[in-house]
Amino acid sequence: MMGPVTLQHYLVLSMVLFGIGLAGIATRRNALIMMMCVELMLNASNLALVAYSRHLGVETGQVMAFFVMALAAAEAAVGLALLLAVFRHLRTVNVDEMRQLRG
Amino acid sequence: MLEAITFWILAAGAILGAAAVVLPPFGRNPIHAALALVTTLFFLAGLFVMLSASFLAAMQVLVYAGAILVLFIFVIMLLNLRGPELGEARITGVKVASAFAALLLVGKLAKTAWTAGAMPAAPLPAGEEEFGGVHGVAELLFRQFLLPFELVSVLLLVAVIVAVAVARRRFGRGVE
Repeated sequence: MMGPVTLQHYLVLSMVLFGIGLAGIATRRNALIMMMCVELMLNASNLALVAYSRHLGVETGQVMAFFVMALAAAEAAVGLALLLAVFRHLRTVNVDEMRQLRG
Repeated sequence: MLEAITFWILAAGAILGAAAVVLPPFGRNPIHAALALVTTLFFLAGLFVMLSASFLAAMQVLVYAGAILVLFIFVIMLLNLRGPELGEARITGVKVASAFAALLLVGKLAKTAWTAGAMPAAPLPAGEEEFGGVHGVAELLFRQFLLPFELVSVLLLVAVIVAVAVARRRFGRGVE
């Protein structure tokens, strides 16, 4: 168990974090927490990118991780603005109560 | 050996923080979830340092923990949710089943990755301390990835404008 740390360690850790985020999105109904779970999943994918970058010896993966970070910033800004607008209308952040478009 | 110990400490911290974001007893209050997420992000920055991505680790702390999470906490405080608005932390069968399905899917993927065989780190090219530093990343970013880089800057501008346009109070109503 305490052998050398290989690529697989990082990949499995990244998948565990991704799975926790996915399970959070599946179970939590608070939109704020769901957005945090999205951030968690983006970070897990970043970890996989950086691990591959290190283990293949090229820095391209780190550049990709930069782009993911920038996209996460844009996503958080727009998502939280939408959340504020929805909260003004409905007075809730529970996604189960945002159902005006449900058929 | 030291590397392995550091990895396991950082990995355990990241997983515990992530679990605290998701699990209802801790994550019921969004502020607690946000603080747990900050913890996870710091542990991930440590892992980036272990992967000799020092510049990315600095950016992780500055951009993620410093900017995005501050935005989250700002919105949480702006909404100022009280007890009933937070919703009830019911545990239903659907929730358990969906969480189980998500973990099963990722567990299968992780098992595949694990059984693919160990891949030790490639020896770093000459100029070891430069790998993952500002210089190496900037070389790539401003040569090979210049167009995506510029597109991302446009995207961020668009995101800022959209965020302001969506989140501000509507004019016209109550003004006349």
